[in-house]
Amino acid sequence: MRVLWRLIRRDLTLVFRSGTDAGAALAFFVVTVTLFPFGIGPEPEILGRVAAGLIWVSALLATLLSMERLFQADYEDGTLDQLLLAGVSAEAIAMAKIAAHWLVTGLPLLIVAPVMAALIQLPAGAYGVMIASLALGTPVLSLIGGIGAALILGARRGGALLALLVLPLFVPPLIFAVGAIDAAALGLSPRPSLLFLAGLLAAALPFAPVAAAAAIRQVLD
Amino acid sequence: MHRFANPARFMRLSARLLPWLAGATALLLAVGLYLALIASPPDYQQGQAVRIMYVHVPSAWLSMAVYGVMALASIAYLVWKHPLAGLFTKAVAPVGAGFTALCLVTGSLWGEPMWGTWWVWDARLTSVLILLFLYLGYIALVGAFDDAERGLRVGAVLVLVGTVNLPIIKFSVDWWNTLHQPASVARLDGPTMDTAMLIPLLVMALAFTFLFVVLALVRTRAELTWRKVEVLRLFQAAGE
Repeated sequence: MRVLWRLIRRDLTLVFRSGTDAGAALAFFVVTVTLFPFGIGPEPEILGRVAAGLIWVSALLATLLSMERLFQADYEDGTLDQLLLAGVSAEAIAMAKIAAHWLVTGLPLLIVAPVMAALIQLPAGAYGVMIASLALGTPVLSLIGGIGAALILGARRGGALLALLVLPLFVPPLIFAVGAIDAAALGLSPRPSLLFLAGLLAAALPFAPVAAAAAIRQVLD
Repeated sequence: MHRFANPARFMRLSARLLPWLAGATALLLAVGLYLALIASPPDYQQGQAVRIMYVHVPSAWLSMAVYGVMALASIAYLVWKHPLAGLFTKAVAPVGAGFTALCLVTGSLWGEPMWGTWWVWDARLTSVLILLFLYLGYIALVGAFDDAERGLRVGAVLVLVGTVNLPIIKFSVDWWNTLHQPASVARLDGPTMDTAMLIPLLVMALAFTFLFVVLALVRTRAELTWRKVEVLRLFQAAGE
C-alpha cells in the first residue's frame, strides 16, 4: 500500500514538474469539442441532441491521447525493470500508473466538461448526470487504456496500435454513459445506465491492473 | 493434449491427416452448396435471397467459434507455455477475421433486399463489427514486435482481455438498439426452421468447420516452418 502511494506521488510530481502532458490532453478535449459546431452547424437544437455523445467521444479521445506514454517513459529509461527487480509487484505498478493517469487527465475533465457542455447546448436537466457519468466512466477508460498501454510496450507504431486495441473496448462505457445523459435530458430515470456504468467500474477496477500486469511482466524476459 | 504440443509430432500427424481433411472439406462443400443453392426450396417470403443464409450463418458461427478456440489456445500458451499454442493462435487469427468479414459482407448483401439498407446500427451487427476490430487489433499487435516470441505472449493476453469483453460488448449493445432477428436454430424448444432448410444449413456449417480445421493446420505448419527458417538463418549468420 505504501509502495502504491509512493508510486502515485512520484508520477504526480513528474507531471507537475514537466507539466505538459496533462495540459495537452485537456486542451485537446476543449479543441475537439469546439470543432464539432463547425462540422455539424451551430443550430442549438441539433447540438443539444448530440451534445452528450460529443462530450463523451471527445473525453474518450483525450484519454487515449495521453495513454500511449503511460508506461513508455519508464520502460525506455529502465525504471520499469528496476521496479520489478526491486520486488514491486507488477499489479501495484499498473494500479499506481492508472490512478495517476486518472488524477491527471480524468479529474480535470470533470471540471472542464460542464463549461464545454454549456457551449454546445446540453439540455439543462442533464448536467448532474453528465458529471456523474464522467466520474464513474473516466476511471473505466483509464483502467481499460492501461491494459492497452501495457500491451504495446516495445511495439513499433505504438500510438495507432493503441487506438485499434483500446477503442473497441471503450464501447460499453460509452453506450451506458450516453444512455444515462440522454435519459436525463428526456426526463427519464438515468439510474439503470448509471448502475451499469458503476458495475463496469467495479469489474474493471480489480481486473484491469491484473491484465496490465500480465503484459508488463513480459518486459522482464 | 500435452502429447500433441510437440512440434515434431504435430508436423508428422498433420501431414498425414491433411489430405483426408482437405478431401472431406471439398466433398462437404460440394454437397452443401448443391443442397443450399439448388436442392433447397426458396423462402415463401424472401424468395431466392434466403440462400445467402447458407453462407452467412455458418460464417457467423465460425467467427465466434474461432475466437473461442484462440482464447483456449492463449490460456494453454500462457499457462503451460506450449510454443505450438502461440503459433496456432497467430495462424488462425486471419482466418477468423476472414469469417467475420464474410459474415458482415453477406449480411450486408442480405440486408439490402430484406431491410432496404446495407447497414443499420443494430446490436448484432455492431457487436460483430467490434469482433472484427478485436481480430484486427490482435493481428496488428502480434506483428508489431521485433521479437516474435514476445508478440505471441502479449497477443495471448489481448485475446483473453477480449474474451472478457465480448459478452460485455454483446449485452451493452443488445441494450442499445436491435433489428436483427433472434436465434432460430440453437433454441431450447428445438429449431424453428423447416427441415428442408435446416439440413443444407447444417451441412454448410460442417463444411465451414472442416474448412477452418484444414486452413488452421496448413497455416500452423507454415508458421512452424517459417520459424525453422528464421532459426537456420540466425545460425548461418552466426557461423559467418
